[in-house]
Amino acid sequence: MSIEQLSIIGLASLVSISCSLCGVYLVLRRLALISDAISHSILLGIVCSFFIVHDLNSPLLILGATLTGVLMVYLTEILVASKRLKKDASIGLVFPLFFSISVLLINLFAADIHLDQDSVLLGEIAFTPFRLLTIWGYNLGPASLWVMGGILVLNVVFISVFYKELKLTTFDHGLAAMLGFFPAYLHYAFMAMVSITAVGAFESVGVILVVALMIVPPATAYLLTNRLFPMMILSIVFGLASSLLGYSMAFYLNVSIAGSMAVMTGILFLLVFLFSPSQGLIMKFLTFQQQRILFSTNMLLIQLLEHEGTKTEKTENTVSNLIVHMKWTFKFANSIVSYALEKGFIQRHDDRLLLTSFGREKAKRVIVMDA
Amino acid sequence: MVKPDRLTDLECAVVVQDLTVAYKEKPVLWDIDLKIPKGVLLAIVGPNGAGKTTLLRSIMGMIKPAAGNVAIFGQSIAAKKRSIGYMPQRGTVDWDFPTDALDVVMMGRYGHIGWFKRPSVNDKKLSLEALDRVGMADFASRPLNQLSGGQQQRVFLARALVQDADLYFMDEPFVGVDAVTEQAIIELLKELRNQSKTVVVVHHDLQTLADYFDWVSLLNVRQIAYGSVADVLTPENLKITYGGRSSFLMHNPVIT
Amino acid sequence: MGLDVLSLNYTLSIVMAGSFILGISSGVLSSFAVLRQQSLLGDVISHAAFPGITLAFLWMMTKDPLGLFFGALVSGWIGTLLVKSIVTYTKLSMDTAFGIVLSVFFGLGIVLLSYIQRLPTSDKAGLNSFLFGSASTLLLQDLIVMGLFCFIILVFLGLFWKEFKLLTFDTSFMSSMGFPVAKLDMLLTILLVMAIVLGLQMVGVVLMSAMMIAPAAAARQWTSHLGLMVFLAGFIGLLSGCIGTLVSNAIPQVSTGPMIVVVISIMVIISLVFAPHRGLVCNWIKGYYHRVNIRANSILMNMLLFSESKTDPYHCHQLSALVAIGRGPSLRTMLQLKRQKLVQNPQDDLWGFTELGYKKALTLKKSLYSQSHEH
Ligand SMILES: Nc1ncnc2c1ncn2[C@@H]1O[C@H](COP(=O)(O)OP(=O)(O)OP(=O)(O)O)[C@@H](O)[C@H]1O
Ligand SMILES: [Mg+2]
Repeated sequence: MSIEQLSIIGLASLVSISCSLCGVYLVLRRLALISDAISHSILLGIVCSFFIVHDLNSPLLILGATLTGVLMVYLTEILVASKRLKKDASIGLVFPLFFSISVLLINLFAADIHLDQDSVLLGEIAFTPFRLLTIWGYNLGPASLWVMGGILVLNVVFISVFYKELKLTTFDHGLAAMLGFFPAYLHYAFMAMVSITAVGAFESVGVILVVALMIVPPATAYLLTNRLFPMMILSIVFGLASSLLGYSMAFYLNVSIAGSMAVMTGILFLLVFLFSPSQGLIMKFLTFQQQRILFSTNMLLIQLLEHEGTKTEKTENTVSNLIVHMKWTFKFANSIVSYALEKGFIQRHDDRLLLTSFGREKAKRVIVMDA
Repeated sequence: MVKPDRLTDLECAVVVQDLTVAYKEKPVLWDIDLKIPKGVLLAIVGPNGAGKTTLLRSIMGMIKPAAGNVAIFGQSIAAKKRSIGYMPQRGTVDWDFPTDALDVVMMGRYGHIGWFKRPSVNDKKLSLEALDRVGMADFASRPLNQLSGGQQQRVFLARALVQDADLYFMDEPFVGVDAVTEQAIIELLKELRNQSKTVVVVHHDLQTLADYFDWVSLLNVRQIAYGSVADVLTPENLKITYGGRSSFLMHNPVIT
Repeated sequence: MGLDVLSLNYTLSIVMAGSFILGISSGVLSSFAVLRQQSLLGDVISHAAFPGITLAFLWMMTKDPLGLFFGALVSGWIGTLLVKSIVTYTKLSMDTAFGIVLSVFFGLGIVLLSYIQRLPTSDKAGLNSFLFGSASTLLLQDLIVMGLFCFIILVFLGLFWKEFKLLTFDTSFMSSMGFPVAKLDMLLTILLVMAIVLGLQMVGVVLMSAMMIAPAAAARQWTSHLGLMVFLAGFIGLLSGCIGTLVSNAIPQVSTGPMIVVVISIMVIISLVFAPHRGLVCNWIKGYYHRVNIRANSILMNMLLFSESKTDPYHCHQLSALVAIGRGPSLRTMLQLKRQKLVQNPQDDLWGFTELGYKKALTLKKSLYSQSHEH
């Protein structure tokens, strides 16, 4: 592997790790589309700062971009507070405006510089190796690697410092406010973090892959675990895997790198969506039959328990009555009855069914539990 | 008064048999038997989450039950949709929706109007009358978001009235209204009952139960008791209904 | 630019007709999207439609508009189905499902686009314009397809007007009446997808979502009547479509999509700020006068309280005495009242009713009394 490829892969990894870290909280806080909005908005900051400093490599660009990200969030919240618009409509109004203004500015005043529309959408990860950071004449390697590395460190520091607070505010907003964790404060700090990450990632992978890397790997991880820390680790793994696989796919098919990575996040998600042991579709389909049997058996036991000792017991607690009342088919009723027989819940005398004492206990437990 | 278990199906507006309803795998209603005779004012009472709304919705065929049958005037629900009026629980709509009181009431006529047709002059007349009956005639063209909570409730009541049904389901119509409005609403409901319509109301206030209703069903996942208010409202039944989740479950239903 | 913009040549008239159609269809349907709280669904559908366009091109190898639209329609529709199934079958929120479908589908579109760009066919040039929109590539055949879609949308909207209204307002009531809610929901979503797909060529995938929100957001400010809102939204959409296209046509380097979005956002801002009733300025002014009025009225009532203890209702008191019973007057309010000839101050610090003021205070008291005993 050439040094160019290595630096591309290195950058992709840094981006995907940083995005995963932010993304976990975005997904858990149901703020996923904020990442879309922020990654579109930061362009305005980049363009405006560029007009001030006239240097695409100035750190001021990152600052300006981060600020517009936060400003966008603030504006949407003002709109929501005005009670004229719902939250989703406000988001959907503000970020296209920001994005349009910046595209128009580029169209009009910066057509010759290095900020064309396509690179905005697609990023330029392929050029990474050729933009080098030189300080006092020393060549320190690709500049984006340094920037993204710095952003990753910032992410890690922010999350480890505020781990407890973030966790609490993510899972219980009200309680956190009561304990004095300043959720609003923390919220904006976190939004700034998302913006910085988006800015760093934006240059190399473009707007849309920022969204893909922030949302899809954490969502995939969330299908596999409910706990915060494992979810972070898993989503980093998925993020890394999709960047590497995406890069190889792009390399062999000679297609867009950012696009391929986004597609890879999607493929991994689809695999987990289908095959996850707890949430997967296939597993759900397989267990559906089994659950139906368990559920129906419980209903049978409760029916028997309820009519036990009543006058109508002789007619109620019969297989034929099950067929009528529960709208079961003859075959299904028989399979449920034999399942219950096999488990030792009931005894059968021709058509009549009687609870065993074991079955009676089970039925009582089911009632209490289910309610 | 006839005892519920003596009712023949012919005398009933609604017959519910062994109804069990589950969202996903979690049962919310267990084995409900309920015969609602024609021309009564019936209250369904129970704590939050007891499944009252779910019961109404499954009687109206909006939720498919896991087991059991529902018959309305001796027929399946699909055949009798037109004879049902419904007032949903508060908070299911967007109050900022661009519409006015009359427009909302007119929605009650949509079931009668038929596909592709617009509300007729007659529909408008009926809707204005309904608004008048709930004392909201002056507010016909007021935007929905400029009505107070109680006024909104009245509008929704008018919408149910204009459905011109034989059987009404009202989910907590008294929530958020003042005493005067509550009186006005209950007078209307009694008037409906006197026109031999059947009215089923989800109700929370035990104090007014006896004044307002003929029959009451105590519900908490299971039907705890069902019958005339005087018979059903015993301290023991209430304790079973409201006290703790597990205590009532071991209890067989009381039919008085 | 001036004159040659206005001389309606062939291309320009096509472009104007295009923005006309685009504006109406997206404006009209945006009302439903926003009211059903599906504002961001437009963003998802437009991105999800993109791979459909590129796939359709790969299939046909020409830019036949009907084929491209159809591809976009199908893949946009698949996107919404995926969102639905992710939300139903997993614990992921709607928001997250939106993000997943949006970014992955768009990524796929980009991959396919980059593949197409390496192909030796000549006809591929215009595909890029689906990203940011370009009015100048619009052809008569595109226009015909757009018109067809728009016509279908308007016809269905007319046919199912009352059903769509009820569906948007109160689904549970609707299903209690036995309407096939799920089918109507599907129909409305298909119309939404159509409206979005129809605008992609002019506005672009990236910004089409704004067209599915802004017209409705602006229109809502001016009316509280659904029919009027839908009409107004269509009009606002049309207007901004036309203005945006005209400007971008006049200044060649300006992309059409962003220009239209900026114009329509300006309309939203104007509506938010200046509309009667719901406008922020109007609200602010109303609030101010309301506060002033309440203060003045409460002073009059307080003075009435004082004068009731005297035989002469026009007896004057010191300001500090009025302050003592709470909600006291400021000198400014008193001077305001004096200007309205409701109070007089014969001496420096002595204030009392005028005849007019006394009468007003009495009517105020009466109306207050009747209000609290109304029921
Ligand atoms: N769509 C749904 N999916 C899953 N569970 C639901 C759904 N709707 C209701 N439930 C659950 O079913 C139970 C009964 O709900 P229901 O709305 O019928 O209660 P209720 O008696 O009307 O309560 P309330 O007095 O608060 O209106 C509750 O535990 C609720 O959480
Ligand atoms: Mg309820």
